[in-house]
Amino acid sequence: MNPMIAIGAGIAVMAGLGAGIGIGIATGKAVEAVARQPEASGKITSLFLLGIALSEATAIYGFVIAMMALFS
Amino acid sequence: MAETAAKALSLGERIKETLAFKTMFTIHIGDVSIPISETVVTCWLVMAILIIGSILLTRRLKQVPKGPQVFLEAFIGFLNSFFKDTIGHNWRVFAPYLGTVALFLGVADMISFISPMSGFGFEAPFMFKPPTRDINVTAALAIMTIVIVLFSNVIFKGFKGWFKSFFEPAPFMLPFNILEYFIKPLSLCLRLFGNILGAFIIMELLGMFIPLFLPPIFGMYFDFFDGLVQAVVFTFLSTLYISEAAETHKE
Repeated sequence: MNPMIAIGAGIAVMAGLGAGIGIGIATGKAVEAVARQPEASGKITSLFLLGIALSEATAIYGFVIAMMALFS
Repeated sequence: MAETAAKALSLGERIKETLAFKTMFTIHIGDVSIPISETVVTCWLVMAILIIGSILLTRRLKQVPKGPQVFLEAFIGFLNSFFKDTIGHNWRVFAPYLGTVALFLGVADMISFISPMSGFGFEAPFMFKPPTRDINVTAALAIMTIVIVLFSNVIFKGFKGWFKSFFEPAPFMLPFNILEYFIKPLSLCLRLFGNILGAFIIMELLGMFIPLFLPPIFGMYFDFFDGLVQAVVFTFLSTLYISEAAETHKE
């Protein structure tokens, strides 16, 4: 395998960096919100899951690009 | 040094081999031959599980629920109340589709749970790999969702209302509103595909290096929890997109 391909795949997977930070911020804010208003935890959980799914998507795009670089 | 290089190559090739879609058999109709891949066969298995399960569970329904019917009613009631809360007035039209997608994805993502594992020199004769690791399956599901969004837009808002919705909230949003019809299915499709493929590759690597004790524990997270979360997220986002399309102004 061309080593440049491996390096490129590694760089593509670095998209996970932003997603990790984003999910961390979202989780922290969700915990704060539940601590402030425990009765709204149901709504907060569903919004939180949605936000996580959306921010996680960027990491997944990076992963898919890396897979395309490595295995196709 | 040369030995490690050869080993690394063989590892990459082994991963490539497990990632490839085997052709199980070919159907010949006249001159046309249709190859049936592994994914389709696994999808049939998922469908068989769901259909037989549905028939068995709903065979003798009673007025007063007993045994498995209690759980069945609780589950369906939970799904329906969620769709009702999110979509609102017109939820009944969409509930069958969304519930089916949730059930299908739930079973499809966790199908590798019931497959035999290979390791210690033992090669399993067959292996159920999650069909959602094939981008064609997730793309089909995402396209179905966006077609439903398109049609419910036209039906519930009227053709004029749908046309007007491209210029909201401001006329310069037109290109973004058009792009939304392509970005939504693309992100739905890639999210599910990437998550399941990633979990699958990690489990394969783990099974190659440490086939003892660890795979079932990690499998709890990667196959069970992650698959379930992705099924929930796909259904949730589909519901959200449909609820945007199906909201009516007059009520």
